[in-house]
Amino acid sequence: MNEQQPTLWQFMQQQADKLGVQTLQHIGLTFISLFIAVLIGLPLGIYITRKKGLSGTVLGIAGILQTIPSIALLGFMIPVLGIGAKPAIVALLLYALLPIIRNTYTGITGVDAVVKEAAVAMGMSRWQVLFKVELPLAMPVILAGIRTATVINVGVATLASYIAAGGLGEFIFGGISLNNTNMILAGAIPAALLAIIFDFLLSKVQKLNFKKIKGAVKVAPIFLIVLSCLYFIPSAYGGKLTAGFTPEFMGRQDGNLGLQSEYGLSIHTIVISDAVMYKAAQEKELDVISGYSTDGRLKAYGLTVLDDDKKIFPPYYAAPIVREDALKKFPNLEKTLNLLSGIINDSVMTELNYRTDYLHQTPERVAKDFLVQQKLFKPSRGGQEGIVRIGSKIFGEQYILAEMYSMLIKGYTNYDVATKTGLGGTKICFDAMTNNQIDLYPEYTGTGLLAILQASPATVTTLQVNKDSTYNYVQRQFKSRYNIKWLKPIGFNNAYALMMRGQQAKQLHIKTISDLKRYLESK
Amino acid sequence: MIKVERLVKTFGTTKAVDDISFEVAGGETLVLLGTSGCGKTTTLKMLNRLIEPDSGTTYINRQNVLQQSADLLRRGVGYVLQNNGLFPHYTIGENIAIVPNLLKWDKAKIEKRTKEIIEKLNLSADQLNAYPNELSGGQQQRIGLARALVADPPVLLMDEPFGALDNVTRSKIHEEFKALDELKRKTIIMVTHDVQEAFELADRIALMDKGKIVQLGTPAELLFNPANDFVSRFLQQERLQLEFRTIKLQDIWGHLPTDGRQINTSALSAAASIWQALEAFKFDPNENLNVIDQQNKEIKSVTFNELMSAYSQYKTLRRHE
Repeated sequence: MNEQQPTLWQFMQQQADKLGVQTLQHIGLTFISLFIAVLIGLPLGIYITRKKGLSGTVLGIAGILQTIPSIALLGFMIPVLGIGAKPAIVALLLYALLPIIRNTYTGITGVDAVVKEAAVAMGMSRWQVLFKVELPLAMPVILAGIRTATVINVGVATLASYIAAGGLGEFIFGGISLNNTNMILAGAIPAALLAIIFDFLLSKVQKLNFKKIKGAVKVAPIFLIVLSCLYFIPSAYGGKLTAGFTPEFMGRQDGNLGLQSEYGLSIHTIVISDAVMYKAAQEKELDVISGYSTDGRLKAYGLTVLDDDKKIFPPYYAAPIVREDALKKFPNLEKTLNLLSGIINDSVMTELNYRTDYLHQTPERVAKDFLVQQKLFKPSRGGQEGIVRIGSKIFGEQYILAEMYSMLIKGYTNYDVATKTGLGGTKICFDAMTNNQIDLYPEYTGTGLLAILQASPATVTTLQVNKDSTYNYVQRQFKSRYNIKWLKPIGFNNAYALMMRGQQAKQLHIKTISDLKRYLESK
Repeated sequence: MIKVERLVKTFGTTKAVDDISFEVAGGETLVLLGTSGCGKTTTLKMLNRLIEPDSGTTYINRQNVLQQSADLLRRGVGYVLQNNGLFPHYTIGENIAIVPNLLKWDKAKIEKRTKEIIEKLNLSADQLNAYPNELSGGQQQRIGLARALVADPPVLLMDEPFGALDNVTRSKIHEEFKALDELKRKTIIMVTHDVQEAFELADRIALMDKGKIVQLGTPAELLFNPANDFVSRFLQQERLQLEFRTIKLQDIWGHLPTDGRQINTSALSAAASIWQALEAFKFDPNENLNVIDQQNKEIKSVTFNELMSAYSQYKTLRRHE
């Protein structure tokens, strides 16, 4: 770890504002969805105790919802509900439904049949039996369900940051992309504490005796509503334009921090995952996004890159980085990987990305078509002389490059290939490499400089003058620090860029980031 | 008071209750007796519509129960369950006050009546704030009875009310049950599988089998004039004890010796059963028991042997009738 890095405690103090907002958002998200889930789940649970025939179906559907991976569920929500709080709340409430419905059902069906018969025989109406006998007696079980749902929600709510709904996930996923352990912990520890605290408090409520629960039942909805409102406090402001930045971009000197310090740009910003960012921009949910200059969706969604007139975004030339011991073990590897060097420029990469991201062609097919077209493709030799392990990060461009390297190695050498694609972010990918789980993956000079080497602002400023100086700097540093070699650049520069919808940019006469700033400051 | 007309209830393919009719007079205690699955509980539950009959009707106080709101009907009919069915989350006081609260009595009235009923059932008012699980089984069953009686319904339905109690507690509650003023005015229908209990508490017994009433009559009628083999076989095992319980000293009065060894000490009423007379003996040598016939102002003093011989003569006579 770099010595200049602040301790976790210092980091949390520096970021106290953000941390506070994110924590409130997190609590808010958890409880809005929990509240709605109780409003739906409790009556539904009661209903299926009356219509036992439906119980299997209802519990089955709730169970299936529970098994959908959270990210996928959030993804399904976007076409229907857009981005932001709405889809996040809906997704969270769907997760909370099963424990609430199931425990309501189990709790009520578990009430002693003799007691129920006595209640009916005394002349209680159906509603009186429900409210005076069944619900009070089932309450401990129902509360156990709500408790489970709360803990699930605190956990899943971290993912809400992917779709711009805020919460502690902003720090967690920002930290993962930025290779910043403090940032991860600053999000993860409060999230874990929230789960533990709420679980503890609810366990206390559960153990209250029947008498006190009568009162608590009346207080609980108010309590839930108050907690839910926390979500709206931080987001009670708006702006002319809305920007959506990835968690990674938010925390980088060559990202939002630079925009603020160099340009003095101040814009209403939400945090969002890059998987949905472009779509949100096209659908006018967002006006300004932080993208990559070679992203295929640029073309597909009619977005324009704003000119970085103050040059805050450093160059991001892509090149394969390889463990030195792998180069020794596989002598033909370097030569083979360098076959790709200098043949993919920005527009070629954008075109290739467009084919995977927008036309939904498989990375394998796109890679093969390109190699065939470049007359580089050779069929696999079925290599037996060891296995080269290739990694990639979790976006299209990296998959394509990993496929190309895999085909080249199989075609030009006697090595076999194992691919470990889709590694979450820079940190995960790089850690896999230093831990000797992969031999190579495509990396970008800027990422190496800022995210991995964590170069000081002074160093960055001196290097930025020249694209080659950055490459030379990271190559030297990686070699001495990690024993990892940067091979020749592939050719394209996938730098950060601010982008807007082309039409809107034209309308507002915004061509550069400075134009954007002037527009935001005009009345 | 209660008139049951041709009740039928079928569960799946089994006829649980097969065309049953009977009448119960005001103040009478009718026991529905039979083995498990004979339809006695189903019959009882159809009276307050816990189970709706397939056909047939019940009239309580000349009113057709099927034409009333089920909830209102049940508030006016006391119901005692085998496992008491007390609400575990209510105190004893709240449990007793369930029906008065449903009937919207005012607080003072509920409180006064609760105290009254709890005293009659030999419970202490301190227990009103306790929860059911803090009470013994016998006490819980008494609370169950108090809950059924608190609104003073004219009709009381009891589903094996003492079935879950141990023998000692049960016979104690039987005594209290028979002595309770509150119950003497009530029309009671009780379900039991316990022959002794039926003979002890019933004015009349309806012996049921396979959804039908096999014989409906007083305990003595069932014992001495069984309608068929099923009835005599049903009573066979405990016959001697049942006879001792059923035959009153009055019935064998003529067979008791008249050579008046009259002593001026306490005397047993002639309305007592042979069973009670046997219980009164201390089994000292040459012991005499005084029996007084209130109507004829006649006192007889008998030894154990004389009592047994009178019973045996009475039986011989009945057999030749």
